Amino acid sequence: MSAPTLFTNTRVVDPSRGLDERGAVLIADGRIVAAGADAANQGTPDGANTIDCAGAAILPGLVDMRVFVGEPGGEHRETLESASRAAAAGGVTAIVTMPDTAPVIDDPALVDFVFRRARDTAIVRVHPMAAMTRGLSGSELAEYGLLKEAGAVAFTDGRHSVKSAKVMRNALTYGRDFDALIVNHVEDPELAKSGVMNEGETATRLGLPGIPLEAETIMLDRDICLARLTGGRYHAAQVSCGPSVAELRRAKQMGNGISAGAAVAHLTLNENDIGAYRTFFKMSPPLRREEDRQAVVEALADGTIDVVCSAHDPQDVEVKRQPFAEAADGAVGLETMLAAGLRLVQSGEVPLMRLVEAMSTTPAKLLGLEAGTLSPGAPADIIMVDLERPWVVKKDALSSRSQNSAFEDARMTGKVVRTYVGGRIVFQDGAQPSH
Amino acid sequence: MASQFAHRHLLGIEGLSPQDIAFLLDSAEAAIDVSRQVEKKKATLRGRTQINLFFEASTRTQSSFELAGKRLGADVMNMAVSSSSVKKGETLVDTAMTLNAMRPDLLVVRHHAAGAVALLAQKVECAVINAGDGAHEHPTQALLDALTIRRHKGRLGGLVVAICGDVAHSRVARSNILLLAAMGARIRVVAPSTLIPADMDRLGVEVHTSMRDGLADADVVMMLRLQRERMDAAYIPSVREYFRIWGLDQEKLGWAKPDAIVMHPGPMNRGVEIDPLIADGAQSVIREQVEMGVAVRMAVLEALGQGLPEVVGLVA
Repeated sequence: MSAPTLFTNTRVVDPSRGLDERGAVLIADGRIVAAGADAANQGTPDGANTIDCAGAAILPGLVDMRVFVGEPGGEHRETLESASRAAAAGGVTAIVTMPDTAPVIDDPALVDFVFRRARDTAIVRVHPMAAMTRGLSGSELAEYGLLKEAGAVAFTDGRHSVKSAKVMRNALTYGRDFDALIVNHVEDPELAKSGVMNEGETATRLGLPGIPLEAETIMLDRDICLARLTGGRYHAAQVSCGPSVAELRRAKQMGNGISAGAAVAHLTLNENDIGAYRTFFKMSPPLRREEDRQAVVEALADGTIDVVCSAHDPQDVEVKRQPFAEAADGAVGLETMLAAGLRLVQSGEVPLMRLVEAMSTTPAKLLGLEAGTLSPGAPADIIMVDLERPWVVKKDALSSRSQNSAFEDARMTGKVVRTYVGGRIVFQDGAQPSH
Repeated sequence: MASQFAHRHLLGIEGLSPQDIAFLLDSAEAAIDVSRQVEKKKATLRGRTQINLFFEASTRTQSSFELAGKRLGADVMNMAVSSSSVKKGETLVDTAMTLNAMRPDLLVVRHHAAGAVALLAQKVECAVINAGDGAHEHPTQALLDALTIRRHKGRLGGLVVAICGDVAHSRVARSNILLLAAMGARIRVVAPSTLIPADMDRLGVEVHTSMRDGLADADVVMMLRLQRERMDAAYIPSVREYFRIWGLDQEKLGWAKPDAIVMHPGPMNRGVEIDPLIADGAQSVIREQVEMGVAVRMAVLEALGQGLPEVVGLVA
C-alpha cells in the first residue's frame, strides 16, 4: 500500500459534486479520501506525502471518448503505449479507443487483446469501444452482448457513418437489450464523399470541393428520429455546425436518450485556419465557419453538447504531406485538448467547471466508468493543472508517434503538471519543481 | 355434428370461438386413437379430393396434412407450386381458378405472403385450410400445440406460456397468441427487441427481452425457429450470441416451473435456439407435437368435410 498523499494549496474542481473551491485533496491506496475546502481538516495522516500545489487546480482526470490508435495494425502511427503517454501528458487518465484498427475490434477476443496490451504497455486506463457493425461494414450487427461482457464500453463504426437507416435502427433496437450506447459519426458518406473541406467561400477560393453542413445535419436528423423510434441510447460522436446544435437542442427538449460530442478542434478553430492548404487542419467533419464554431461553443456552454473529445487521430507524414485534397483526415489531440479547451474558459465563453464536466464527468457517466469525479472512494485518477502557465506546443515535444497537430507552435495558457492514475503518478511536467 | 363447427374455411385462429377451438381439440383426441390403431382408415372423406397446394416448401406440414387426409379416406394430391406454373408467371388468382376447375373439395394452402390464402379462398368453391401464410397465421400448428399442452397440463386456462424467439417473423407465434389468449392462458413473448414487432403488447401479451424474466414460473416454454437470414438482415449479430442469450439451455429452463414442458414447431436448429440436450430431454414434448399434428389436421379436415355440400352442381 502506497503512503497517503495530501495535495494542499489547490483549487478543487469537481463537476460531479458541483464543487469549485480552494482546498486540498487527500488520496490513499489509489483512491480519493477527501477533496474540497475541508479535506485537510482531519490533519495530515501519518507518513503522508504533502504536495504544495502552489495554487494549481486539481481536476478529475479527463475521459477522452474519441481516440483513434494504430494498434493493432498501424503501430507506426500510434501504439496504445504511445497514445497513453500522450494522454498522460494531456491530463487524460482514460482513453476510449475506436475500433478502426486492423483487424477491426468487432470480436470479444479482440477486445480482450486491447485490454491485455493496455495492461502491459499503457500508463492510463484504456476502454475500447467495439464495432457497431461487423468489420465496420455497415451491414451486419456486431455481438453487443458478448462484446460488452468482454468490456467494450460502447459501440461505434468509428470514422465510418452507418449509412443504412435500417441497420442503424436495428443497432439502436438491439443495443437497448444490453443498455448499450450506440455512437455514430454523423456525416452522410455520399454527400461528403467528394468534398475535402467545408463548403463555402473559403473552399471556392482555394479551389477545393466542399462538404455541405447538410452532410452532417441529414445524418444527425435521421439518427435522432431513429433514437426516438427505438428508445435506444444514442450519441453523436462529433457535431461541428450551427444547424446541428439547433437540431440537438430541439431534440433534447423532447427528452429522449440522446447525447452529442464535439472535438476541441471544432470549438477552437475554423476553416480559415487551413490557410495555405495546411493538411493538419483537414479532418472529418471538416472545420466549419466561424459562426458554426461560435454556435458549437455556445452549445457546449448551455449543455446541448454533452461531451468534448480530442478526436485524436494520428496520421503519419506519408499521408499528410500530400496535396490537401489527397491528404488523410485527422489530427492528434490528446496532449492539447485541455489546454486548447481552456482558451474558451479564458475568453469567458465556457466556465471551467462546465469544460471539465464535458471532458471528464459526462463521458464517464455515459460510458458507465468509475471516473470523472473527486468523490471520496473514487479511483485517484486526478490531474494537477497550472491554469496560469503559458507554453508553446512544440512538435518534437509531443509524445504521440505522429505529429500531425493542428496546434503546432500554438501558444497556450494552462498546463497539466502532474497526472495520476489510481494514485500512481504517470506524468510530471519537466519544468515543475519536484517536492 | 356439422352444426358444431359452422365455418366453411379454416383461414386462421382469428374468428374461432373458444367453443370452436374446444370442439376441434376434442375431436382431435378421438383422431389420436385412429392413428394408433393398426387399421388407420376412416371413411369420412371417401370420394373427396384434397389438394395440398404449397407455394413454400414444407416437409413436415405437408406430409402431416397428406396423412390426415388419407386416414380419412380422401384422395390426396400434392402440388409443389414453387416449381411449376408460378415460375412461368401465373398469378395466384389464376392458379386458384385453374385448380378450382379441377373440382377439389378441400384445399390446403401454404403461401409466403400474409393474406394470400384468404385471397385464394375467395376465388374457389371448396373448403380452404391455411397451412401458413407469411408471418400471419398457421392455425393447425396452434391447435396441435394447444392439444399437446392440454394433454400434459389438463387445461389451457391460467397457464403461463412463454413464446421465445423470432416472434416478428413467426406465423406460429401469432396463431398461438390468438388461440391461447382465447382459452385464457397468460402469454409472454421473449426475444431480442429486433425480433419483437411494434406494439406487440397491444395483442394482450407480456413482452420480455430477458429470458430470466420471461421464463420465470412458466408452465410451457415454446421455442421458435431462427432463420439464418436474420443475421444478414442485421436483426441479430450471430448464432453464438443468440444461443448464449436467448437459446434454451439447462440453466434457462431452470427458471421455468420444474414441470414445464418444452415445445418447438420444428424444424429445429439445434445449438441455435435450443440446446440438443433440452430438445431430447425429459421435459421436451417436441416429438409428441408431430403426432398431435396429424390428429389435429384430421379433426380440421373432418369438421370442414362435414360442412361440404353433398351434391355439387356444375359452375356456370
